[in-house]
Amino acid sequence: MKFKNNTLSLDATDIKILEALQEDATQTYTAIGKSLGVAHSTVYDRIKTMERHGIIKKYTALIDAEKAGTKNITAIMTIYTDPKESEKVAGKLCNAPEVLEVYTSLSEELQIIAKVVAENQESLHMFIANSVAPLPGVLRIRTSIVTKKFKETQFLIGNDPKKLTFIRETHNKIGGGQP
Amino acid sequence: MKETYSKILKTLSREKAFYFFTSIGNYTGESAASLKEFMEKINHVNVKSLEFHLYRGDFEKWITEVLEDKRLAEDISKLQKTNLSGDQLRNQLQAIVSRRYQQLASSYS
Repeated sequence: MKFKNNTLSLDATDIKILEALQEDATQTYTAIGKSLGVAHSTVYDRIKTMERHGIIKKYTALIDAEKAGTKNITAIMTIYTDPKESEKVAGKLCNAPEVLEVYTSLSEELQIIAKVVAENQESLHMFIANSVAPLPGVLRIRTSIVTKKFKETQFLIGNDPKKLTFIRETHNKIGGGQP
Repeated sequence: MKETYSKILKTLSREKAFYFFTSIGNYTGESAASLKEFMEKINHVNVKSLEFHLYRGDFEKWITEVLEDKRLAEDISKLQKTNLSGDQLRNQLQAIVSRRYQQLASSYS
């Protein structure tokens, strides 16, 4: 882990720690340290630094919704927007509990792509008709309902093709210091 | 009576406007915030959108609950039972809505 020009770059140990946490975030510092051949205090320091810099955003649980008994449908919405309003539209979508992910994409027109869940097709339609279409700047919407899921995972740091040159800007309050 | 007519003919907020979709979640970009605008949009919106909303009962619901025009809602409900599609549906719907609009507008003025 190095700080240079107010940026934080991760070294091989940091990346291995992140891989270990993504595999199982309930592991102890000692267990991670043992598997990597470093002291548990090193693991602790590295993790705390990465937490402070927002590289580790939070620890959460991956739930199998089907096994948990929820029978929701998932849809991908493409929202064509007036460029002047797109940030506001994206912001409003982020606040809706039905919306899981929001992205912008620039092809011929500015688009917002959002992943949505709903109880059924009717509730999906009502959400889009009542809460998305009326937003100022929404020009039209295309929605695809997911019929079969082949893969769903999160970004795993160990799968990065470049093995990660992971540089994050440090927060100003850190001011280039290091633990 | 004039008060009732003015209520039906008023311009609504964005939240209460009618938004035209062609199927679940597919918004055409067309909306109507008054009976007049609704009448105009019927002329050029994708006919699939008219079929989609008519047979789901969306027009009837919006006209009853938002415009509060029970009479027009009943006429549209009758149209649902004809199973018309395409331009035949568009023409019939246009005729029903414009007849009602003319009636309200002339009574109000």
